[in-house]
Amino acid sequence: MSYQVDAQKTSETTGQEYLIFTLAAQEYGIDILKVQEIRGYDAQTVTRIANVPPFVKGVTNLRGVIVPIVDMRIKFNLANVEYDHQTVVVILNLKSRVVGIVVDGVSDVLMLQKSQVSAAPQFGTAFSTEYLTGIGTVGDRMLILVDIEKLMTSEEMALVEAAAAV
Amino acid sequence: MSAGVDLSQFFDTFFDEADELLNDMEQLLLSLDIDNPDIDQLNGIFRAAHSIKGGAGTFGCFGMLADTTHLLENLLDYIRRGEMTLRKDMIDLFLETKDVLMDQVAAYRNQQEPSQEAYDRICAQLRTLAEERLTGGQAAPAAAAAPAPAAAQPAAAQAQAAPAEPQAQPAPAVQAPVQATAAAPGNLPMKIQVTRIKESDMLSLAAEMALMGEVLHEERQGDSITFWLKTSTAEADIVAVCCFIVNDDQVKVSYEAAPGGQALPAAAAAAPEVTASSPAPATPTPAPAPAAAAQPSAQATAPAPAAESAAAKPAEKPAAPAKPAAKSSAASIPTGGSSGSSTIRVGVEKVDQIINLVGELVITQAMLVQTASTLDPVLHDRLLNGIEQLDRNARDLQEAVMSIRMVPMDYVFSRFPRVVREAAAKMGKNIKLVTQGAATELDKSLIERIIDPLTHLVRNSIDHGVETPERRMEVGKSPEGTITMAAQHHGGQIVIEVRDDGAGLNREKILKKAMSQGFPVNENTPDEELWPLIFAPGFSTAEQVTEISGRGVGMDVVRRNIQGMGGHIQIFSRAGEGSTIRIVLPLTLAILDGMSVRVGEETFILPLSNVTESLQPTKEQIHSISETEKVLQVRGDYLPLVALHEVFDVANAETEITRAIAVILQVQDVRFALLVDHLVGQHQVVVKNLEANYKKIPGVSAATILGDGSVALIVDVFALMQTSQNQRPATV
Repeated sequence: MSYQVDAQKTSETTGQEYLIFTLAAQEYGIDILKVQEIRGYDAQTVTRIANVPPFVKGVTNLRGVIVPIVDMRIKFNLANVEYDHQTVVVILNLKSRVVGIVVDGVSDVLMLQKSQVSAAPQFGTAFSTEYLTGIGTVGDRMLILVDIEKLMTSEEMALVEAAAAV
Repeated sequence: MSAGVDLSQFFDTFFDEADELLNDMEQLLLSLDIDNPDIDQLNGIFRAAHSIKGGAGTFGCFGMLADTTHLLENLLDYIRRGEMTLRKDMIDLFLETKDVLMDQVAAYRNQQEPSQEAYDRICAQLRTLAEERLTGGQAAPAAAAAPAPAAAQPAAAQAQAAPAEPQAQPAPAVQAPVQATAAAPGNLPMKIQVTRIKESDMLSLAAEMALMGEVLHEERQGDSITFWLKTSTAEADIVAVCCFIVNDDQVKVSYEAAPGGQALPAAAAAAPEVTASSPAPATPTPAPAPAAAAQPSAQATAPAPAAESAAAKPAEKPAAPAKPAAKSSAASIPTGGSSGSSTIRVGVEKVDQIINLVGELVITQAMLVQTASTLDPVLHDRLLNGIEQLDRNARDLQEAVMSIRMVPMDYVFSRFPRVVREAAAKMGKNIKLVTQGAATELDKSLIERIIDPLTHLVRNSIDHGVETPERRMEVGKSPEGTITMAAQHHGGQIVIEVRDDGAGLNREKILKKAMSQGFPVNENTPDEELWPLIFAPGFSTAEQVTEISGRGVGMDVVRRNIQGMGGHIQIFSRAGEGSTIRIVLPLTLAILDGMSVRVGEETFILPLSNVTESLQPTKEQIHSISETEKVLQVRGDYLPLVALHEVFDVANAETEITRAIAVILQVQDVRFALLVDHLVGQHQVVVKNLEANYKKIPGVSAATILGDGSVALIVDVFALMQTSQNQRPATV
């Protein structure tokens, strides 16, 4: 409780922290408070599920909890979908659900001030603009800020039972 | 009462207890034999009402609850003392009172004021009934009181409660002295001395004492009162109870022999003549009157023959109380034991957490076993032994933990006498409920979910199944219909049946209705295929929508609920003889006996309860029906063949049927063959739900974690059966 209040206060005064990950050449930022942990990707531990969209890689055992794994690169039709030692799974904690997303790599955690965030553009990124919260600028890096919770619980991702999607 | 304690922290406990007590009360009320009520049951009901009143009064902020239970308690007290005769309408009123009390508890729990109107109504009814006693019942001197002074009265009534009981159960007087003398010298009774106490409080204190044990003797001196109590209650508890009425510095507890046998104020008043003639026994405190009165009870056999007939009469009276008092102290040991020390109230979420943790432990342990299997058994002898030991312990632990969640079916069955009673009365039918196998245990989560479907089925039986008494007489049955609820374990499943001896399902009506609704049925459709149609949405053959049933939504929901629990429903019916609805459920949803099978590179779990056999098909056994559909001939049966690798689209699976393994699965009465590559083994798996973080996957009921830490999917055999049936041509 107090933790959330603090976080809010922080975001008002000093900005917000983002986890920066990469998909192909683009850098994306998501609210760090939604991130539970980051793990290496190990295909052995992911159990395939039949008859689901191809971007759902399957489910894995995260210390006794069954967690679905979604490959964002497949979801957004990126050309190079390779699984190497840099491929990581970001475990997200969204609305009391746990979901893992596969990305090309995680670069860092950045604090963005309000002044560094500008409105989202109306054109092509991998994500529909509906799920973007803005564009962050750090030096000459451009970060696409994603509302990951809205994206992951959207109908488009089909991760949540229609009725359960609040 | 000690001030400054925030009592609100105890509210929840009180509400929980009140709920439990009310439920107990309802059960006891329903099981009472009206013509010959059992005194223990009456006492039980009385105690429940009294405990609630006591609790509500203690907190001081549940006025209505306290008042209502108070009136109820008075009535119950008259009844158990034989001053009123029990009638059916009283039971009805008491049941209604219980409902009102339930509502009041619920309202207070939600921090609302309960319905004033319901309170006024029920209290008025209770008072009317109480007045009946004065006009119609035997005269009771102390009770010539209107509702106002009644507040003081129950205390007095309770004080006399013990001696009043023998009226219902005249006991041989000889037995009394034996028990009384045996009890007194053994361990010393507790002496409770309370000083600076008001007259009115003395009465309530006396009542409380009587509830906690056997009051051997009571003595008053000015503003102080002393009790000699034979009790199993701890000293601290007694002081705590006293502190509801007085401050703890007014209470002094010690152990000292009572100045007499079973003397009670009532007995003292009843035997004045004896007092004069018999010598007082040696007593530590001077208490001439009551002590002497105690004498006849302790030595009833001695003075009675010697005394004149006038003296003998009162002598018998005080002797009698010894019997029930001794009896109640004997009875209080088992009850005290069961409520005090043998159960703990624990939140379900805590139990679930333990179950989850143990599940983890079992998985970790399985991982260890797998890793250790590669080690050299000679070099690592001790490690391997340890792991083996761990394996056993983990499994025992898992079983023990699972048993915490198991609840006897009685929890469900016990609420049905009421349902049947009321629904039958509404329908003008005469129905008896029989329950069998109430001790059968079932997982708590399932038990809660089974109540609604069962209620629906029972109501259906009352409404449609059992005929009216007139109709039953016409067809030569006993006018009283019977509904039987039975539960039993069968393999890893529980079978719950609702049977009635009514008219059975009406084939013509169902057929007509089915045809009019466009189901593919005709005159020759066998019963087994016709009956399940009553579970179809919107299907009701009731001519009239009654309050109880007939809207055609219920049965559909019943079936969905049961299937949601991983179970299924079967119907048996014979015209004129009744029908049986059978629900088959897994015992628990948390653990499953599974058979793991391999297809390609993937492992799946089949619920073992569905597996009947497995075999390697030969060429001769396989028959093609069409391009894609095949059947397997097993001992004369043709079973539809489903290839698991096709259903789950598995790569590198065995496609040559004769090299695969066919597992014969059975769901309800349908059998089919499932093709897999290999059988891996049988083991208990911890069921992990997929919906928590993902969603339902077609063909998969849940997932589990294997020994190597990977996830395996548990096949939803029921869904597979449906796909197999859809593929199956109508001729097979």
